[in-house]
Amino acid sequence: MKNHRGKRTLLFPSAPHIASAASIVSKTEAQGPLGQLFDMVLEDDTWGEDSFEKAECRMFEEVVRMALAKMQRTPADLDCLFGGDLLNQIITANYAARQLNTPFLGLYGACSTMAESLLLGSVLVDGGFAGRVACVASSHFSTAERQYRYPLEMGTTEPETSQRTVTGSGCVIVTEAPSPDDVFHKIRIRAGTIGRVVDLGITDAANMGAAMAPAACDTIVTHLKDLERQVSYYDLIITGDLGRFGSEMLFSLCKDRGVDLSGRHIDCGCMIFHPEQNFHCGGSGCGCSAVTLAANLLDKVESGGVQRMLFLATGALLSPSATMQGESIPGIAHAVVLERED
Amino acid sequence: MQLDWMMYLKAFVVGGLICVVGQLLISLTRLTPARILVLFVTLGVVLGGLGLYEPLVEFAGAGATVPLTGFGNSLAKGAIKAAQEDGVIGAFTGGVTATAGGVAAAIAFGYLFSLLFRSKTK
Amino acid sequence: MEHFDAKQYRAQVNERMPKSKTLRYCVHAFWTGGLICIIGQLVTDALKSWCSLSEDALSAGTAIIMVFLGAFLTGLGIYDKIGSYAGAGSVVPITGFANSIVSPAIEFKPEGYVMGVAAKMFNIAGPVLVYGISASIVVGLLSLLFGGGAA
Repeated sequence: MKNHRGKRTLLFPSAPHIASAASIVSKTEAQGPLGQLFDMVLEDDTWGEDSFEKAECRMFEEVVRMALAKMQRTPADLDCLFGGDLLNQIITANYAARQLNTPFLGLYGACSTMAESLLLGSVLVDGGFAGRVACVASSHFSTAERQYRYPLEMGTTEPETSQRTVTGSGCVIVTEAPSPDDVFHKIRIRAGTIGRVVDLGITDAANMGAAMAPAACDTIVTHLKDLERQVSYYDLIITGDLGRFGSEMLFSLCKDRGVDLSGRHIDCGCMIFHPEQNFHCGGSGCGCSAVTLAANLLDKVESGGVQRMLFLATGALLSPSATMQGESIPGIAHAVVLERED
Repeated sequence: MQLDWMMYLKAFVVGGLICVVGQLLISLTRLTPARILVLFVTLGVVLGGLGLYEPLVEFAGAGATVPLTGFGNSLAKGAIKAAQEDGVIGAFTGGVTATAGGVAAAIAFGYLFSLLFRSKTK
Repeated sequence: MEHFDAKQYRAQVNERMPKSKTLRYCVHAFWTGGLICIIGQLVTDALKSWCSLSEDALSAGTAIIMVFLGAFLTGLGIYDKIGSYAGAGSVVPITGFANSIVSPAIEFKPEGYVMGVAAKMFNIAGPVLVYGISASIVVGLLSLLFGGGAA
């Protein structure tokens, strides 16, 4: 296992390149702090389709085309598409893959999908199995509500710990070799850490942040131990959607293990909406980390503001039936290391 | 049209208080809306069966009949009345018959409005 | 492998999680629920004045009209906005029952009118009917046991 370190960390000696990225969101996300940075904003989140599911599928398909078009490529140039979403049987990804007609490996990691896809995409590229892969994750507020919670027109109140599912699709293109047409020239994926399911018995589906924070802590601490690094190695440690309360619990758990995240941590769920938008603890969903990465975080690395980034996405691996049967909410977090290179 | 202002005040206060009980359940327990609806209707049936809800209806009118406990009370009243008249068969038919209007309306309007409207994004 | 003390973590979560603004929501629920009941009283009084109806028909008529109101506001996309402000004030009245039927009916239109609209219509309110009707049957039977009447 020459490229394996410690318990769960993989090294990528050839350091795959991030060549391009794209993001599509709805009006709600465009009203947040990152509003101007997204590539496309949908005024109508049905995008003229018959159902929200079809709209989300179209978003997934388009974001891949967009990311490739930015680097003068098309879906025919992809060796593999890694992607997933929140819906049963990951239909968003499946039907989009049908339209894109590329080799496809569908993933379900709930909200950890973006990191999972980057991890696996890097494995394929670094291993010499693919030259160009697309890593995608998508979520849609209305499709998620339909499946996990209540009909849109039902009068419900949200508890203070709840988060809003982001309507967004994000795609990152990972390549073996750089090209002058690439959008990004300096971002390399150096390593990744595979997550482990951690379930501390949180049963409240309206408190996902608290359910996922232990998994994030577990992956961060294991990653640092595996590579024998201090948290100071990284300029920024990102989590996908722990939200305000989940981030607070993450800090506390990490501190108990001697890892101090202060000054170094941001959470995509906290970045994507303004407090005035009244979404309690912030954004959630696969798309949350995907669009934030594509629209903002990659630029931070490319421009040199951040030299070394640990990008984690956390997922809550529940289903409505599991919860009804009394199960608690298991969490998982995968991580990839993005570093700047001239 | 005769308006009994006192009745409106009583309806407001009693109805409001019943909703506050519901709100306390939502905020302080982990009961979902569906479970709260079940709890209220069943409570209404039980109180109605014991004859304890009807005085509230006489006192507060719509303040007692509009909340779902009132629906439960109607179920109980209907079942008891029909049981008196038709025995065991009446016990089965009475509740449904008494509340048929509201249920049928919900079905009909549910279907009708699904033809006319679609879910809007929040 | 990292070890976590699950019990301690859950205790910390319970202690530190942002609490719901119970008092504020109770106030909202009180006045919105009360207002809906006033509307119900107006409906009953109007029916009493303008139609000559039996006691039972009066109560059924009020129920039908209140259900219509809840259903209509749901279709227009207004009831969910009322609900996010009013909490139990919108759930507990019979208009909330209507909302819980009409909202899935509208929602599942893409899945067709039989397996979507019609099948899903009662996925939230169904338990109300199951428990309510079952309880009423028990009450009816018990009334025979304790109250006499035709056997």
